[in-house]
Amino acid sequence: MEKHYSDSQVKGVSTGTTILAAIFDGGVVIGSDSRASMGGEYVSSKTINKVIQVHDRIFCCMAGSLADAQAVTKTAKFQLSFHSVQMEGPPLVIAAASVLKDLCYKNKEELEAGFITAGWDKKKGPQVYVVSLGGMLISQPVTLGGSGSTFIYGYVDAKYKPNMTREECLQFATNALALAMGRDNVSGGVAHLVVITEKGVEHVVVPGDKLPRFHDE
Amino acid sequence: MLGEAEPQWLSEEVKTGTTIIAIQFNGGVVLGSDSRVSAGESVVNRVMNKLSPLHDKIYCALSGSAADAQTIAEMVNYQLDVHSMEIGEDPQVRSAATLVKNISYKYKEELSAHLIVAGWDRKEGGQVFATLKGLLTRQPFAVGGSGSSYVYGFVDAEYRKGMGKKECQQFVINTLSLAMNRDGSSGGVAYLVTIDEHGTEENVILGNDLPTFFDQ
Repeated sequence: MEKHYSDSQVKGVSTGTTILAAIFDGGVVIGSDSRASMGGEYVSSKTINKVIQVHDRIFCCMAGSLADAQAVTKTAKFQLSFHSVQMEGPPLVIAAASVLKDLCYKNKEELEAGFITAGWDKKKGPQVYVVSLGGMLISQPVTLGGSGSTFIYGYVDAKYKPNMTREECLQFATNALALAMGRDNVSGGVAHLVVITEKGVEHVVVPGDKLPRFHDE
Repeated sequence: MLGEAEPQWLSEEVKTGTTIIAIQFNGGVVLGSDSRVSAGESVVNRVMNKLSPLHDKIYCALSGSAADAQTIAEMVNYQLDVHSMEIGEDPQVRSAATLVKNISYKYKEELSAHLIVAGWDRKEGGQVFATLKGLLTRQPFAVGGSGSSYVYGFVDAEYRKGMGKKECQQFVINTLSLAMNRDGSSGGVAYLVTIDEHGTEENVILGNDLPTFFDQ
């Protein structure tokens, strides 16, 4: 598992983490764990929120170097609010994702951060975009990120269905995060989830003792 | 003009970067594996059976370096034959696992293979042992190989105590299929071995008969 070490050799504090986003019928759920660690040996924060709001109905999750991710999202938030003034309306989710992608691509030598962007807009409804480390932007119905995500690819492939209900999707995301936190030592704490629909935005926090338990716990 | 690089299968070590799984059910065990053997980025064998018999009712699943894993399996096969003649009856699964563990531990610096040992004996029924890097531990189920990382979440969520034989076989097939979809070093067909009191049954599930998921 040498790959795991190279993820944590990022300078300074890194969000060894688990992040995910999934589309359901009428909206999107985006979520993350809450642990920030230094090199996999010390937990520097147990309750960090990695789900950042960049506009009213657009959120993004960050993975990789915490400092890089915070700097990029602050810049993106500013650019997006300016853009929405110019457009005289809320920005499209793809606009938010493109802003992040431009920042990641143009500064690819210095930065080490990846993002999942999820939101709702009037044109295309619920959407999920992923911006990878080098600046690739693609749209997917469900996506995972961070070091803990490797352990739940099988679970997500098996359990995700398009057009789930809100409750089913929330349960699916909570289970996936709990499973990843159970196997990845740099993911943990509480599960932060945000549900975004046309009607609005809802934050759900699932503390550690309320997370689902599995056969060996 | 760029020169032709030497093909990878001539210079890279041959590995069974793989997915292997063994699970105990009431009355026996089911073992499963994929069939891909890679040397760097080339697939040198796409139909290798990584489930190797150690005795009539004891099998092991190979992962890691292909040469190391096969050698350990052959050595233990021989040692078990001698042992079972000495005691005059079929060996216990724990004995087979201990023999594998002894080799893995003694040569842990030189070898890089992980074998999962599973089988049925009259004393304890179905048992699964993991022998990673020279430890020996009995578990209700074990997964190994490069593809196993992707399915830890799935097996944690789906495993239940007291599953029957058919349920276990389906569980193993689903797990292998998910891992083969995500891991570049796993693929091909799925091999299954079911061992219980009545005998040993070997099965192959071809690629197009494997279960598919929402994005396929």
